[in-house]
Amino acid sequence: MTNPAISQQPLSLKMLAASRRFLHWLTSIRVILSLIMLVLMFVMVIIPLYSLVKTTVTWSQHDLTRVPDAKVGGLTIFHWVRMLTGVIGRIYTYTPLQHSMTVAIGATLLALVIGGALAWLVVRTDMPGRRIINQLAVLPYIMPSWTLAQAWLVLFKNRLSGGTPGLFEYVVGQAPPNWLSYGPVPIIICSALHYYTFFFLFVSAALMSIDSNLEEAGDLMGASRGRILRKITFPLVLPAILSGVIMTFTKVMGTFGGPNILGVRVRYYVVATMLRGSLAAVEKGDAFVLAIVLILFAITTISLNQRLVGTRRSYETIGGRGFVAQLSRLGKMKHLLQTAVIIFQILVIAIPIGLLLYDTFMLIDGNFSLSNLTLQHWIGPRNTVYNHGEPGVLRNPIIYSAAGNSIKLALWTAFSTAILGVILGYAIVKGRGTRLSKLVEQLAFIPYVIPGIAFGAVYIAMFARKLGPIPPLYGTFALLVIVSVAKHIPFSSRSGVSAMMQVGRELEEAGIVAGASVWQRFRRIIFPLTTSGFMSGFLLTFITTMRELSLIILLVTPSTQLLASQTMQYTENGDGQEANAVIIILITIVVAGNFIIGRFSKGGSLQKGLGM
Amino acid sequence: MSTTITIKNLTKRFGKVVALDNVSLVIEPETFVTLLGPSGCGKTTLLRCVAGLEDPDGGEIYIGDKLVFSYDKGITLPAGKRDMGLVFQNYALWPHMKVDKNITFALEIQKLSKEEMQKRVKDSLAEVKMEGYEDRYPREMSGGQQQRIALARMLAYRPKVFLMDEPLSNLDARLRMDMRAELKRLHHISGATTIYVTHDQVEALTMSTKIAVMKEGVLQQLDTPDVVYHYPANLFVADFIGNPKVNLLDGVVSGKNSVDIGPFKITIDNINATGKVVVSIRPEDIAISPQPVPGAVEFSAYSVLPSGADSTIIARLGDVELTIKVMGISKIKMDDKIWLKFNSDTLNLYDKESGNLVVSRK
Repeated sequence: MTNPAISQQPLSLKMLAASRRFLHWLTSIRVILSLIMLVLMFVMVIIPLYSLVKTTVTWSQHDLTRVPDAKVGGLTIFHWVRMLTGVIGRIYTYTPLQHSMTVAIGATLLALVIGGALAWLVVRTDMPGRRIINQLAVLPYIMPSWTLAQAWLVLFKNRLSGGTPGLFEYVVGQAPPNWLSYGPVPIIICSALHYYTFFFLFVSAALMSIDSNLEEAGDLMGASRGRILRKITFPLVLPAILSGVIMTFTKVMGTFGGPNILGVRVRYYVVATMLRGSLAAVEKGDAFVLAIVLILFAITTISLNQRLVGTRRSYETIGGRGFVAQLSRLGKMKHLLQTAVIIFQILVIAIPIGLLLYDTFMLIDGNFSLSNLTLQHWIGPRNTVYNHGEPGVLRNPIIYSAAGNSIKLALWTAFSTAILGVILGYAIVKGRGTRLSKLVEQLAFIPYVIPGIAFGAVYIAMFARKLGPIPPLYGTFALLVIVSVAKHIPFSSRSGVSAMMQVGRELEEAGIVAGASVWQRFRRIIFPLTTSGFMSGFLLTFITTMRELSLIILLVTPSTQLLASQTMQYTENGDGQEANAVIIILITIVVAGNFIIGRFSKGGSLQKGLGM
Repeated sequence: MSTTITIKNLTKRFGKVVALDNVSLVIEPETFVTLLGPSGCGKTTLLRCVAGLEDPDGGEIYIGDKLVFSYDKGITLPAGKRDMGLVFQNYALWPHMKVDKNITFALEIQKLSKEEMQKRVKDSLAEVKMEGYEDRYPREMSGGQQQRIALARMLAYRPKVFLMDEPLSNLDARLRMDMRAELKRLHHISGATTIYVTHDQVEALTMSTKIAVMKEGVLQQLDTPDVVYHYPANLFVADFIGNPKVNLLDGVVSGKNSVDIGPFKITIDNINATGKVVVSIRPEDIAISPQPVPGAVEFSAYSVLPSGADSTIIARLGDVELTIKVMGISKIKMDDKIWLKFNSDTLNLYDKESGNLVVSRK
């Protein structure tokens, strides 16, 4: 620096020193891992997004039939103009977008109320039976998101749209009105009853970490209970609520299953269902415009949301010590509320599963009499009268192959995601404060705001053809793994970061000073100390991948059929009982997997998997 | 086991913050050098640079004759190859390993034989008086015990240099006293060159061969505890070291032998400075008397704070406030008139502007 002898050294030596310093920086393990992650995310997220956008602004071969003088491969705004203006714009874009927004906002609000209230009851009151209620509360999340939609259909479908009656009509003798059977109302209710678990998990974690002294301080100053809740507790859990809002909103925006089951019959299209429909009907360039619109909408809403409540995020560091919270006394309301919660849990867990199960035992759909009961849909032989000639699900090789695929996919994805989580967590936490670390963290967040169905579209756009050294992956199992891993990157980064934060940097530095190599440090210090985080990530990914539909519905082919997509296909064919039998199988596998992984996971949990 | 550590022009920045600003110091073999300063002064950063956990932005570090870091030559020896032991502030014992595994971790990397490892575990546990604790997990021990194990872990692989980052700051006062004695003894036996980081000036004074006082990334003074205490190089060091705090009186040079404080004058021999100055007087260097004494200045006792072995008296005269320390329980009562006398030999004179020592009795 100020040493004159050194600053006079020749340029070549300076260059040599500079390149040595650069090499030293480059070969530090944190930088290497960060760069690997950057490349990976670039290939898995950025290039597909670019490819998606590019398809919408490029003339395709197919466009020649509509615009004869189109230059194939040339730039154009044709697709955008077509999809955003006139009658086509209204039918394909604006109406579905409006529907998506309606459903997403409605479901988010309803989920917030249910999840928030349940979290408060479980964490902060003296309601009896809180422990078991706490455990049951996350069950709906384990079930596929469209389970409730299917059950709704069994209960409320009417003959107005053709087909068989539901239990309601069978018992009451009166067909339920269309608005109750199909469309936004049931979609909102079914989505909310699935996604309230996010709010429940986030808010209860936040409530648990709030020192009740903060509330007691308000109490001592003579504030009423309502005032304390509003002025002290609520602002403190606001960041958690915000996280829940973002998560639920994007999930519902991109969700396919529910709207496909409950909306399409009455032509209530959301962007997700329209996107799938139009991929078959119209040109890709057109359909992808929809995907981009969906992504932009999700991003805008989220950033608006964050702008509004943004600065409050700093509260997130509060506590984490597990205070002994002062429980609110509910008094006489105690048992009333407990009963309400139990009824609620029966309504969202037991009844839907019961309905689905009963449905699978009905030979002829819509006839709920005992004489109609059969095991045909489970173990019946091939019969052209039922299920388009497919045998009962337990005798059906298609189901076994789909179940195998599903489990394989879930395990591959869970494993890769968990590994990525450790690497991302390490790269981000060890580089805290550097630009590289921020870049990695921000890139890892991107898939979060891309709704599932759009993510699938992104991957069709990119991998339908050969791409450099990568062969066309469309139709392969590998593509399903890649897209599932890519979509889970934000979760793995979150859980990885929180797991890595638990490992104080001195613990690794003590290893460095003792002369341990990178591999020795990872194997003997970092891995053992992050096992529970690792396993939690594994568990969460396993469950979500097992029952993921929106993400893969555009990407599965007959040879890569999964349980989730198989149920949807049966539903669309009108083989409701067969579909419901597959859902039951799917739920059984998820619950068994949850149990087995939970057994071996040493404190791994869904909560930790979500980065809490 | 004798290694010199030479640090030349070391600079380290974190973004815009300069944590180390051109720091140079030589740490002699077998010495116990303390890096002392308030939090954020760069002392821990300096230690971490020496350990190799931080890459500096300029300068050089030698361990013995070996150049382990040079910015201008682009040389960085990895931390694991520098043959140093480091004890962390929060001990950094691996929570998933028992005590013996914690200790043998480094030994396994060095590929020592089983018997040798067993022997090292035994010896090092004996050195920190923790025999028989091999099978404990860190969380099953108290803070003080964990601290000893952290020391044993470092001792077991016999590094040439000991680095310690505020190792006693998480212990309670009593335990800290005990551990100071143990650590000093340990250094005395092993003779390993030791760099010790602390913000506690008493710890620095009691344990060090030399103290390096730092402030805002700049080395202020490097010298023996005696010199640092009695002849602080500048006002910062004077103010930082000593308990109760040193008295600093603003004044103006008013003659060859006299500084005008305001209400009175202080006599200092051979002043070769002019203008505004600061006189520093250690609290124990002021003679206090309940009766008038020739040459003494009359103050009144503002507050009297006895603490067993000694008493602290706060004296006031107009705007001037002085802290005086006397042995035993003082008989002086609050608001008593007292006469204070300064010994010219114990005063230091600083330039008001630069804060540097201009006249000392050295």
